[in-house]
Amino acid sequence: MPINYYLFLSLALFSIGMVGVLTRRNAIIIFMCIELMLNAVNLLLVAFSKMHHLKNLATSATAGTDGQLFVFFIMVVAAAEVSVGLAIIVMMYRNIHSVDIQFLNRLKH
Amino acid sequence: MNLLLLAAAWGVLMMFLSVSGISRATIRTIAQVGMGLLFLSTVAELQGIVFYDLNAPAMLGVDRYALVMLSVLSGCGLLYFLLSAKDMADVGSDYSEYFALIFFIFCGFVLVLSFTSLLMLFLGIEIVTIPLYILTGADKRNLKSNEASLKYFLLGAFSTGIMLMGIALVYGARGSFSTLELVGASGIPTQLLLGGLFLIFFSLAFKVSVAPFHFWTPDVYDGAPTVFTSFMATLVKVAAFAGFLRLFDHGFGSLKSSWQIWAGILAVLTLIIGNMTAVYQQSVKRMLAYSSIAQAGFMMLGVYGLGDAAKEGMILYGASYSLATIGMFAVLTRMQDQTVEGFNGLAKQQPWISALLAVFLLSLAGIPLTAGFLAKFYMLQAALPATYGMAVVIVAVIMAAVSVYYYFRVLQAIYFREPSEGVSFPAFAPGFVRILTVIALLIILLGLQPGWLLRYLYF
Repeated sequence: MPINYYLFLSLALFSIGMVGVLTRRNAIIIFMCIELMLNAVNLLLVAFSKMHHLKNLATSATAGTDGQLFVFFIMVVAAAEVSVGLAIIVMMYRNIHSVDIQFLNRLKH
Repeated sequence: MNLLLLAAAWGVLMMFLSVSGISRATIRTIAQVGMGLLFLSTVAELQGIVFYDLNAPAMLGVDRYALVMLSVLSGCGLLYFLLSAKDMADVGSDYSEYFALIFFIFCGFVLVLSFTSLLMLFLGIEIVTIPLYILTGADKRNLKSNEASLKYFLLGAFSTGIMLMGIALVYGARGSFSTLELVGASGIPTQLLLGGLFLIFFSLAFKVSVAPFHFWTPDVYDGAPTVFTSFMATLVKVAAFAGFLRLFDHGFGSLKSSWQIWAGILAVLTLIIGNMTAVYQQSVKRMLAYSSIAQAGFMMLGVYGLGDAAKEGMILYGASYSLATIGMFAVLTRMQDQTVEGFNGLAKQQPWISALLAVFLLSLAGIPLTAGFLAKFYMLQAALPATYGMAVVIVAVIMAAVSVYYYFRVLQAIYFREPSEGVSFPAFAPGFVRILTVIALLIILLGLQPGWLLRYLYF
């Protein structure tokens, strides 16, 4: 398949995630949308990695592997971010019994 | 790369100390000693003494710029610990963990300052920001702190997503994450590369809170516990800017015809918005939050100007801004009333503290004989040769004049107002005053003799 298909698919997923972050009000759903954005990037990196691998196979047998490696790092960082983020959401839930981010507007005087 | 290993080891040590049950005073001393060692080891590396060499040039490469910047950051970190470590105990019960998180953030600083691969830039920025989300929310029962941390977290993760998309597009265009190969030999960028470049550019602008991506900054800085605001607004911001400059100077420097104008526009917008809103703030903490946006506008001039002049400017600006702001915040944390009125008549009761505060405020406003003046001067000098440099410099100078207004309002409250009834000023410990004096002396020294610091950049 041409690389464009992958590019459009992951850009579409990324945009869905982005629109979700900007429009939804539930902190957990915003969180899921951010994960969607990160996974769209993972998909794109894997696709590009395969593309560069096939293109540069003649010069180097390991061409394109760094893209796949990057994906693992994104997964690790996303997991770390999830653990901290959920802790923050739980902390907020304990205090106000809601995960609605409408609450955030209170900071603006 | 002495700092990387030492900071990681000390972070782990601090983490284990929290379960060892030793007293807070001991924990504090160990943390201060650790930060002192961090500073000494970086200075030692600047002199060529390397304890630990991570030989991975495809990932990390330490140059003079990174080392000088790291010495400035760890030096300011040491002063910050000496001044404010006691106040961290008031935030919550996890005293030792706060130090551990700050040491881990210093690991992130090393990566942000010495990356040669976009992977390391991404990891560095995440290692810096994830502990910051925790520190922002450290005051668990305080709703404002909760809000600030959630807001910071959601927006930070969102901008990380955008940066990753940018990195993926750049990778698609070039087939490599190395900053040396970001631009091809032909120098003609493809659409994919340009798209990636701008996504990275805007997400980094978001991280360093440059307008119009600054809207999270005042709320987060205001909501976070004041000790940690002091850390976020100074060291973290300076490190992020240094990484920003490094990427766009080494990596995308040859493409500057396509993005430089945007850096200029963001710098001008930041200067105008930051300074104009700071004028209307009543709370000194919020005023300092907006002033940090305004100062970010000046640091953005470095990204706009590029080259050696910008690097010199960034180091001097980082040092002078961090020193003055850390000093201001350390005093502010101990004030009962944190509005401008709270400072009324401070000079009558605490003349020496007031004089030191005056040095900090004058430096932030950029009055000659202080480091702030020369830092602004270097930044303007770096920006001048760029396209439309003259126009940008004129706006910057006018906005620097506006900033004098709100800094001097605090100064006026300190010196020319009578103290309000029933407000008492805290007593400052002699050790605290001594450290503040050292900071003020450093500011004046850098204002008279910037070469004392900047010469390390070259030999």
